[in-house]
Amino acid sequence: MMKRKSMKIEKVLPYSILTVIGVLFLLPLLWVVIASVDPNANSSIKLPSAFTLDNFKSVITDPVNIRAFIIGLLLSMGQGLLVVLVAGLAAYPLSRYQLRYKKPFMFTILFMTSLPITAVMVPVYQLFIYMKLQDSLWGTMFFLTAAGLPYAIWMLKNFMDAVPLELEESAWIDGASVWQGLKRIVAPLMIPGICTVGIFTFSGSWGNFFVPYILIQTPEKLPASVTIYQFFGNFGMVEYGKLAAFSILYTFPAIVLYIFAQRFMSQGFSLGGASKG
Amino acid sequence: MDANPVISPSTAVDGGSSSRKRQNRTVWASILFLLPAWLLLLVFFIGPILLTFYFAFTNLSLTGSEAQATQFIGFSNFMNMFQDPNFRISVMKTVIYLLFSAIIGQQVLGFILALLMKEKNPAFRRVIGIIIIAGWVTPEIVVAFCWVAFLNDSGTLNALLQQVGFKPIAWLFTFPMASVIIANIWHGTAFSMLVFQAALDDVPKSIEEAAVVDGASRFQVLYKIVLPMIKGSVVTNMILVTLQTLGVFTLIYAMTGGGPGTATQTLPIFMYNQAFVNYQLGYGTAISLILLLIGVIVSVLYLKSMKVKV
Repeated sequence: MMKRKSMKIEKVLPYSILTVIGVLFLLPLLWVVIASVDPNANSSIKLPSAFTLDNFKSVITDPVNIRAFIIGLLLSMGQGLLVVLVAGLAAYPLSRYQLRYKKPFMFTILFMTSLPITAVMVPVYQLFIYMKLQDSLWGTMFFLTAAGLPYAIWMLKNFMDAVPLELEESAWIDGASVWQGLKRIVAPLMIPGICTVGIFTFSGSWGNFFVPYILIQTPEKLPASVTIYQFFGNFGMVEYGKLAAFSILYTFPAIVLYIFAQRFMSQGFSLGGASKG
Repeated sequence: MDANPVISPSTAVDGGSSSRKRQNRTVWASILFLLPAWLLLLVFFIGPILLTFYFAFTNLSLTGSEAQATQFIGFSNFMNMFQDPNFRISVMKTVIYLLFSAIIGQQVLGFILALLMKEKNPAFRRVIGIIIIAGWVTPEIVVAFCWVAFLNDSGTLNALLQQVGFKPIAWLFTFPMASVIIANIWHGTAFSMLVFQAALDDVPKSIEEAAVVDGASRFQVLYKIVLPMIKGSVVTNMILVTLQTLGVFTLIYAMTGGGPGTATQTLPIFMYNQAFVNYQLGYGTAISLILLLIGVIVSVLYLKSMKVKV
């Protein structure tokens, strides 16, 4: 009798603990979703007095916000494309040739993936002033690209290692150049890897507030990550509904891309496996 | 960059006669392929790191006479820093933040979640997983809003506590550090959870079962068999989470701005305030350098823990 009871507790307990944690995790998020459709939202979760899309409408129809979203998208997409292209090129010799300095180079790359970008922002700002790049979206894009490269090179090199050399060799025998082999044989086979890296890079810069906040000054040039912060500073404590709607619109691309990327990264989290390099 | 081709187009085709020429060709190909990456990294990544070492020893400033004539001032910034009570406070705040938010909070909660979710009803597992991951996918700035609203005087937490008879508390003023720690745990735990789920999946079930047959208790199986087996993942995860948390700026800045007073002034916030609010770029860079050195030490540990073969 005792035994059966304790067995039952043992079975139910994990479920109840997980449910409690789940609810605690859900509450802050649930507020954003509910407040965004509530015409009289405040800072607490409550049943909306009515259902409205006015909050979204007023955020979307404001040209300032549209501009910020477009700038954010262009900045992140431009950075994502550059990172994939430049890292893809760099990955090729690292994967295919036996270079004398490959080992130190790859170690430097891995080392750079782990350095906190926050720590270099003050000198980067100073560098931008010297190079007359302050307040430049191109400069910001190049900096974000450089910051995304170490991770991308590391990942793409490992993905490229998995593409068998034989396929390329047969293309060479048929007269293809190294460049053609990379473009026609290797790149298409690496599409899952390229997508994963591209999506992670895009999401990283889409969600990045600190870098544009430091490097861009003109209000008209600010991407969504900074305008949403200013919106919060100006109206956040009054217009909860609009802030929530803005937040959801801003979070949306990150969530969609994550879902899209998930199918490619089934084993991305096995750190034990990653050590095989 | 010197190169010995493993296999190059020309070896595949003819093989043999002019190997020197071919070798040169792969060298050139590698240089061309690596050039854009090198240039970008050199200018925008390695450059700023080297500049950190230089600027940290200058009186670089955004305003005043120092802005015109920047001078080399030796270790003055560091002397000032080590005497600055604000710096000492920031270091303490950073240590507390790292300890409770990263090492204990995210690690332990992530592990508990992964462990409890093991072999549970797949639908239930999926729902919990999605909720936890949602907090991770949400951009930092939005995480800050969610938590400012949640902890607000009339926010959800106070509303719930009032239901059971507690008086509302201004959480962000009364418990600012705990607030930013919990918000970061909420944001980051999914990563640790996913890492530990992958690690636990790699532990062969037969070993656990054999231990149970031999009479080991559940706790003993966990402590003596599972944990030692996933030790590598634990160490690597701890280092990665620490590095991520060390760089947290946005979340704290948007939630408390480092305050009230210096209550949540971690090193990144302190660095920002000195460089961009007080316009002391030289001093700000000296703080960056400390942050960078901590990052370097932890990164070296990371490389060692990975035992990478490249």
